Amino acid sequence: MNAASDGSRDLRGTAAIEAAFRRGPRPLFIPYLTLGDPTPEETRARLWELARAGAGIVELGVPYSDPLADGPVLREAAVRALRHRIGIGEALAFVRSLRDEGFALPLVLFAYANPLFRFGAERFAREALAAGVDAVLVPDLPPEESGDVLGFLRAVGIPLIPLVALTSRGRIAERLAGREGFVYAVSSLGTTGVRERLPEELLAFLAEIRAATSLPVAVGFGIHRQEQVEMLAPHAEGIIVGSALAHLWAEGGSVEEFVRELFSGVW
Amino acid sequence: MVQSASTESPEGGKKIARPYGEGDGHFGPYGGRYVPETLVRALEELEEAYHTYLKDENFLAEYRRLLREYAGRPTPVTFVPRLSEAYGAPVYLKREDLNHTGAHKINHALGQALLAERLGKRRLVAETGAGQHGVATATVAARFGMEAVIFMGEEDMRRQAPNVARMRLLGAKVVPVTTGTRTLQDAVSEAIRYWVEHVEDTYYLLGSAVGPHPYPSLVRDFQRVIGEEARAQFLEMTGELPRGLVASVGGGSNAIGLFYAFLDDPVEIVGVEAGGLGISTGKHAASLTAGEVGVLHGAKSYILQDELGNVLPAHSISAGLDYPGVGPEHAYLKEIGRVRYEAVTDDEALEAFLDLTRLEGIIPALESAHAVAYAKRWAKEFPGPILVNLSGRGDKDLGHVFELLEARGVKFVDEGTQGDRG
Repeated sequence: MNAASDGSRDLRGTAAIEAAFRRGPRPLFIPYLTLGDPTPEETRARLWELARAGAGIVELGVPYSDPLADGPVLREAAVRALRHRIGIGEALAFVRSLRDEGFALPLVLFAYANPLFRFGAERFAREALAAGVDAVLVPDLPPEESGDVLGFLRAVGIPLIPLVALTSRGRIAERLAGREGFVYAVSSLGTTGVRERLPEELLAFLAEIRAATSLPVAVGFGIHRQEQVEMLAPHAEGIIVGSALAHLWAEGGSVEEFVRELFSGVW
Repeated sequence: MVQSASTESPEGGKKIARPYGEGDGHFGPYGGRYVPETLVRALEELEEAYHTYLKDENFLAEYRRLLREYAGRPTPVTFVPRLSEAYGAPVYLKREDLNHTGAHKINHALGQALLAERLGKRRLVAETGAGQHGVATATVAARFGMEAVIFMGEEDMRRQAPNVARMRLLGAKVVPVTTGTRTLQDAVSEAIRYWVEHVEDTYYLLGSAVGPHPYPSLVRDFQRVIGEEARAQFLEMTGELPRGLVASVGGGSNAIGLFYAFLDDPVEIVGVEAGGLGISTGKHAASLTAGEVGVLHGAKSYILQDELGNVLPAHSISAGLDYPGVGPEHAYLKEIGRVRYEAVTDDEALEAFLDLTRLEGIIPALESAHAVAYAKRWAKEFPGPILVNLSGRGDKDLGHVFELLEARGVKFVDEGTQGDRG
């Protein structure tokens, strides 16, 4: 069902991401979690748990002091994680150790711009590939500012995942020109966090993305219910779930059960 | 010296075009637009409006009329003889404290409210540290019949209670920010998050020359009036230009407003940051003096950060300077060496606060007291005349100042009651 069970990591970067979407199931379950919340060891256990539960790609967040794009649940996760002094360097070491253990799922490293610049964008690209990072997502780096980072990552074959939002409508093709990996479609205005209702224009937005690119589309922000996944499944290759998982772990629920329930209408 | 791209002489006093901050919003390597994609469209829309309306004579005429009839401009330049005598060089003050609402913030609040109106937005969201910008925003919201939502750190709400009361009286909703340091840094983040969520009907009325493009340029252009007036007034009063300019720098709006008109002049310029308990203690808000280049709240500039790139909390006696970043134009002016940035401590600011109050009968905001404090230090070696931007008045700080003075053992005793205590 997933790359972990293939037991191999022959493919890296863009190729690994593409293969994950080809392999299915559709839509791909893409969990997000914050590295170090509540501890790095717990994060490691959760990543394996997610792999067993059917994750197709995992998104691992580097905690940051000022996460502008995140809602309260993920901000609290970052506060807990920052106690362990985790930055880009620590995250790369963590990914390397995960790969040494045989964790084979494609991995998207999520980091805010400042920690990444602080570490050095060029050095980051080089070391990310060596550590086993397959893609990178920087939520506060729109295309206008991403030139250097994009160039360094492209040189090593790691895609910088583009985000498009409802407010990008009318110029989505321009936002996605020349990009690789997959498209992160932000489902709602606002920050991350579970939402009762997804906006009515969401399907038209996804159709516009579809018309603008051949890249797989993953939808994130606010998704936590089976009906939402069922509604989105015909229109998206991936479903990104973050805050709902953080909440689940805080409550002590079962990830496998949660994923089974969430994707029960489509897998 | 900065090369001006303008063919007009600086003596014309306006429209000094400069080879930075235009186009894509970069001041050398600083500035830019590091924001979530959700905000990019709104910033582009604002940029279009900025380029359109700041060249539109009708818009500018309305802005100038509001400054004149509503804010009370022009504010005077005041020579302060007793302070000059005590400090050892002639000192002049640009009296932004005499604006309606008590600080320079009304200048850009009026300009931005006018832009919001042109953009068809009926709700203003803002952050505030000392409360001066929050009061200015609440004021213009009342004046323009708009809704105002103001984010303010819980700690600042305590330090600046009178301004909280003012905002509420004016009809604004004040939202306490309880995350992080509960001060300005977190209030800015929360205001941006609120804006992301309500971007379609809300205008973010940013309170300083910080943030993503076009805010640093936009706020500066609405604050340029300070320096343009001051330059003409000073020339008229003394027949020459000041030799030194001083202004306090938190985000840097009052400072850039004063400095901008003088950048091509042979004038020494100093921006004064909050040195808090002293740079060596790590408890300060001096981003340019002791910070490093990074990205915060949408722009690349100098910020206080740790080795992992996490933003460090700032400390200052003054809520308005208590911010771990600084506007990108200041970062650029530092880099090209046109402006010098220095830090003064909480204690020096408090001392200057008392000096100006006792010697001249002018109670400065604690923010402005930092500028006065540097003038005191500078005057010992610098012949002057020094023009200090008195960015705001200190009424809002009185409660806090009394606490601080008491903690330092200063007692106020009424003469008539002295005998009764014996």
